[in-house]
Amino acid sequence: MIRTKKIRNLFATPYLSWAIIFIIVPLVMVIWYGFTDSDGALTFANIASIARPEFMKSLGLSLLLSLISTVLCLIIAYPLCMILTEKKAGKAGVVILLFILPMWMNTLLRTMAWQTILEKTGILNIFLNFIHLPSIYIINKPQAIIIGMVYNFLPYMVLPLYTALSRIDDNVINAARDLGANKFQTFLHVTLPLSIPGIISGITMVFIPALTTFVLSQMLGGNKILLIGNIIEQEFTQAYDWHLGSGLSIILMVFIIINMVVEAAFDKSDEQ
Amino acid sequence: MSRFLKKLYVVLIVIFMYAPIAVMIVQSFNQSKSRGHWTGFTLEWYISLFSDESIMAALRNTLTIALLSSLIATAISLLACLAIRQMTKNTRTVVMGITNIPMLNADIVTGISMMLLFLSMGIKFGYGSILIAHITFNIPYVILNIMPRLNSLDNSCFEAARDLGASPVYAFFHVVLPDLMPGVMSGMLMAFTMSIDDFIITHFTKGAGVDTLSTKIYTEVRKGIKPEMYALSTLIFGAILILLLLLNFTKNGSRKKNKTGTNAPSILEIAP
Repeated sequence: MIRTKKIRNLFATPYLSWAIIFIIVPLVMVIWYGFTDSDGALTFANIASIARPEFMKSLGLSLLLSLISTVLCLIIAYPLCMILTEKKAGKAGVVILLFILPMWMNTLLRTMAWQTILEKTGILNIFLNFIHLPSIYIINKPQAIIIGMVYNFLPYMVLPLYTALSRIDDNVINAARDLGANKFQTFLHVTLPLSIPGIISGITMVFIPALTTFVLSQMLGGNKILLIGNIIEQEFTQAYDWHLGSGLSIILMVFIIINMVVEAAFDKSDEQ
Repeated sequence: MSRFLKKLYVVLIVIFMYAPIAVMIVQSFNQSKSRGHWTGFTLEWYISLFSDESIMAALRNTLTIALLSSLIATAISLLACLAIRQMTKNTRTVVMGITNIPMLNADIVTGISMMLLFLSMGIKFGYGSILIAHITFNIPYVILNIMPRLNSLDNSCFEAARDLGASPVYAFFHVVLPDLMPGVMSGMLMAFTMSIDDFIITHFTKGAGVDTLSTKIYTEVRKGIKPEMYALSTLIFGAILILLLLLNFTKNGSRKKNKTGTNAPSILEIAP
């Protein structure tokens, strides 16, 4: 379509310059700040500060909560998507639509609403007392943050999973059944392997935002529970220690890269 | 029984997804200003909403930033896609790798990296800095929506138009662009949605005095969210619900004529 290099370069220039100035340079700056102190001297102290007990505790809690939320999202979403793929396309489409719709509502307001539901005299406890069950107190506890994570990121698991599952040819499933596999064997040896790309992209889309959140923990954890995201946010907006904040961000990026490498490895084994 | 259980499962998850939204809608009609205490029905907040200058300003900022950033991102991305297609394989891999960074990276890292950039460049924090940040994280979504369409495009149509005497520009607008349009539109819609719902990146790139709805809600979390905010969200929810239903029904109608059978992915196209 584009015949000459000149025109190609002309078309590429706006984007490439944008990407360099606003994607590459900022990342380099984070790395630069992360590896220097306030005098500009090279240091590993910012990175090493992750070993501080309070930071270690936050990182550990972040990893734990995001791991639990990711597993919960997968456990909740998988059967749902299997049920949806059995349905007629139109019906399944409506349910998928129901999942997308809340994503257009402001995330913060929806999370605030969970406060109203989960608090001591909240809607959940009113309901539980009404059916003569004891109240549960989970607001400002890690459990509330997990509910917030599952609630906010569940659609990110459902969408890729549903896409992957609905792409599986019915004939493949029928062939497995014809050849004598029972329902469970068909699932284990046909459906599950074929849905792995969806599972992997779902896990990434839930795990990274859950690991790095600071809003959910702030709103549902009542300022008592600090995740690694909260620590970084505080370094930037309250402590103004950009070097320390950048150092901790580099640690976060390491986890993101690990996640990407694992994903790429699965992608490759999938192609073979 | 099994069918009943499946239905129950889907219904329970839908209840989980919509409970907070229901709470929000109920609160918008609640006379009491404090959360969770129902004192009576009122439409007061819906009226005072439109005279609340700070909410209206935040709404204006949110909408104009979403509109401008998605339009500018689409223009830059469209040019970039045309250029990327003509690049050698290695260059293309590098450019696409850079493109993926804002999408794969954690929002908090993208946010602080841009904050560091703006600080060092002496860019004033305000409307402009938010706009730049939104364009930056919108571009990957648009490119990833256009690229597959462009790759599956047959170059010979363009060649034919050229042979028949069309100028390159004319041939592009009358032959290539119409084919790309679904990708362009879904990319732009996705960018618009991401921009409207973004909080984290805006939080780090906004200046004092300029707020989007998200950052305004965030500052209100501690002192209590104004009931007008719930009224506004209910209105937005209603508008989007009606829009999506209309979109879904018209799509279902046109799909039935094609007898393609599967219309579920058509809804996925507009998913954030």
